[in-house]
Formats: sequence, structure tokens, C-alpha cells
Amino acid sequence: MSEALSDAPEFPMVRGRRPFDPPPELDRRLHDEPVSRVKIWDGSEPWLLTRYEDVRAMLADARVSADTSKAGYPPQSPGIAARRKRAKAFITMDEPEHGAQRRLLTGDFMVKKMERLRPRIQKIVDDLIDDMLAGPKPADLVQAFALPVPSLVICELLGVPYADRAFFHRVSKVLISKDTPPAESLAALEELLAYLGGLVKQKLTDPADDVLSRLATEQVATGAMTVDDVAAMGQLLLVAGHETTANMIALGTAALLEHPDQLAAVRDGDPALVANAVEELLRYLTIVHTGRRRVALEDMEIGGHEIRKGDGLIAASDIANRDEKAFPDPDKLDVTRKARHHVAFGYGVHQCLGQPLARVELQVVYSTLYRRIPTLKLAAPVEELKFKHDMVVYGLHALPVTW
Amino acid sequence: MKVLIDQDRCVGAGQCVLAAPEVFDQREEDGVVVLLQENPPAELHEQVREAAQICPALAIELAD
Repeated sequence: MSEALSDAPEFPMVRGRRPFDPPPELDRRLHDEPVSRVKIWDGSEPWLLTRYEDVRAMLADARVSADTSKAGYPPQSPGIAARRKRAKAFITMDEPEHGAQRRLLTGDFMVKKMERLRPRIQKIVDDLIDDMLAGPKPADLVQAFALPVPSLVICELLGVPYADRAFFHRVSKVLISKDTPPAESLAALEELLAYLGGLVKQKLTDPADDVLSRLATEQVATGAMTVDDVAAMGQLLLVAGHETTANMIALGTAALLEHPDQLAAVRDGDPALVANAVEELLRYLTIVHTGRRRVALEDMEIGGHEIRKGDGLIAASDIANRDEKAFPDPDKLDVTRKARHHVAFGYGVHQCLGQPLARVELQVVYSTLYRRIPTLKLAAPVEELKFKHDMVVYGLHALPVTW
Repeated sequence: MKVLIDQDRCVGAGQCVLAAPEVFDQREEDGVVVLLQENPPAELHEQVREAAQICPALAIELAD
């Protein structure tokens, strides 16, 4: 052990006064110590990668593993550590298992199919805005709009009854909180798996046109997968499918309201500009803010440092998306910027499966909300907003708005 | 420019389709990349280069 190890700072780091920017210490590391040790909650000291090129290279490297059960893997939270041996979904598998499972779903999320969903998503968005305008103000944009949009869409796609949303919203929150005690985290997972397992069994005998029905009839009925395997896949899609996009909607809206010139450009822009703005907001906000985690499967070199087999690795995508070598003037929110090469969805074979869906949802939301409510504004000062420092996905617990 | 794709590596993220829809498509049943033009014209080269650069699975290779 070298002396440097004992000086390793705590990770994740604390954000500064600017809630839309990554922690200042991450920015310092990007410039002064781009590859360095940090200390995480369990006392281990994985490597933190901050440069765009290093982050991309590591995440695309077959010599690293995403398997959370492997020795040295740096888990995001005690809850995630407790859950790692239960209900593995493809996000924590390596090749070839990962690819085989992911391919069962890639057709469901392909670009053309998501485009076919656009009119349906537009209807959902318009209806929710109608309800919000008809209701009391100020309103909480998270509850009235940001959470319902992706929840409704992922429920329809998977075949999960939207009426059960209070249940899975509660359980998801427990699962993505950094502070959930291990036993509670495991119990929440079991609850969600039991619920989804029940749905899968129901769909075995009474299938509809949805993803869980297809997995039930094509995979479970043939013996290729168990009910529990499909439930594990379903919980990943359900949690990831609404928590992330919901946060991008609320946080993106807050960021745009703080940048009125950018909001005006989005509101008055054509569809191509809105699509561009979505990429820039994904880059600028990078809501998966506790890093993409891996473990080295063999000795390797990153940025001049010797990484040993079994060393934990954390790719800090939020600060990588602020690397001026990849994005000039990176701290500026500029919706006209070419930002499609951002790593907000990760990189490598694990890059977000649902990104074509997230893009369509965000494009419809951003092109509709500010046009339909041009006087939309914060109903509380930005300093009083409750940001999700306690969650592995960044965002807002509530966003009071009026118009 | 010659475009080479590796369908075995493809993870169906759809980035290439968004960057260069005239050159790349996805197979309907599983979202795996399909090459529409092996030798795209010069006006599409920038888009194709972007597609190759952002492909998360490094499944697109470009040759002269």
C-alpha cells in the first residue's frame, strides 16, 4: 500500500453552490489528478476516472467487468451491495451472457419502434398538461408531470398496470436511495420481484401485446428463462425506465428555467433543435452521478497508472461530460452545441438500452411543455429546491412551479 | 469511404441510426445494425464518422 491511499478522498463528492454542476472537487481532479484513488462507503479505494477519453476507453474495455458480485467491484450503496447476489439482470452480467439477454430486448427499444410510439407519447404529455392546467397552482411538476410521463409509457410497454404505480414508485425510491439499509433494500427488491413474477405468470396464460407477455410466452414457456429471471429483467426495465427520465424532465426544466435564453430557444425551435437540446441537457446534467462502476479482470494501464486485477474502477461520467477536450466551454449550457458524443447513457456494451425511448420522451416533453405553458416559472427560489443528493440518480424530489 | 459493420458486436443502442439514417438501420426483430450503403457518398461522410465515433460497441469500422 502506498501512502497516497490513506489520503484518498470520499466519493461521491459534495456538490458546490451550483446545483446543476458536478462537485468542484471532481473538476479539480479532472485537471490535476485525472486518474486517482477515492474512498467509498465500504472503506475500499477504487480508482476514479474523470477524463472523457479514459472513461470511454475503460467502459469499452473487455478487460473490465460489470459483475457486481465479483471481488473488488465498488458498489454504489450498502443496498446495492446487499442485492448483488439476488436477481441478476443483464446490467450486471458480462459477455456473452449480457449480450444474449440484452438481445431479447433490443428489438423492443429500437429507434424505429420508439418513433412509432411518438404520437402516443405526445397524447400522454398533452393530457397531463391539460390536467395540470386545470388543477391548482402552484403545482409540483415532479408529481403532476415528470414522473407520470415515463411511468405511463414504460407501464404500457412492459404490460405493468399503471394503477399499481404508487407501489412501484415507492419501491423504486427505496432501491435507488444511497441511504437505504441493506435489509430494507433486499426486502424492497423481493417485493418488486414477487409482484412482477405474479404478472409474468398471469401473462403466461393470458398474454397481451407487451414485453412481459412476449418474454413469458417465448422464454418462460419454452424453459429458456425462469419466471424469476424475467422478473429480474422486468424490475431493471421498470425502475430504470421511469426514474431516469422523470429526473431528466424535472431537472432539465429547472435548468432551463434558470437559463431563460436557452429555454426560449427550445420553446421556439424546430424539432431538430429540440433533439439537439435533449443531447445537451443529457450531457450538462448527467443524472447518473455516482459513476459507472467496474472491476478490472486483469492488470492494465490507464492514464499512466498501473491498475491491478481486482481493482475497482469508477468512471465519473458527469465530469467526463464536462471535459473541455470533448466539449469546448463545458460548463456552459448551450442547446445548439453538438453534444451527441456525451457519455450520459454510459458507453461500451452496457450503454443504456432504453436510450431511444428516453430521447423520444424528452423530445416530446421539451417541445411541448414550454410551448403550452409559456409562462411556466419556479414557485420557489432555486436555493430552496430539494435536489436528490441522496439518490444514485440525481434529480429533484419536488419542483414547485406556477404559470 | 467503405463502411464495415460487425453485427455480432452490436448492442442495438441505435446511435448509428440517429447519426446517419441513410447508411444504418436496425433489424426489425432484434434491433441489430443493418448496413444500407457500403460506400456512402461524400456528403454523408461526416455523419458516418460520427456514427462510428459514438457507437458504444465499437461495431463500425471505416476504411478508405
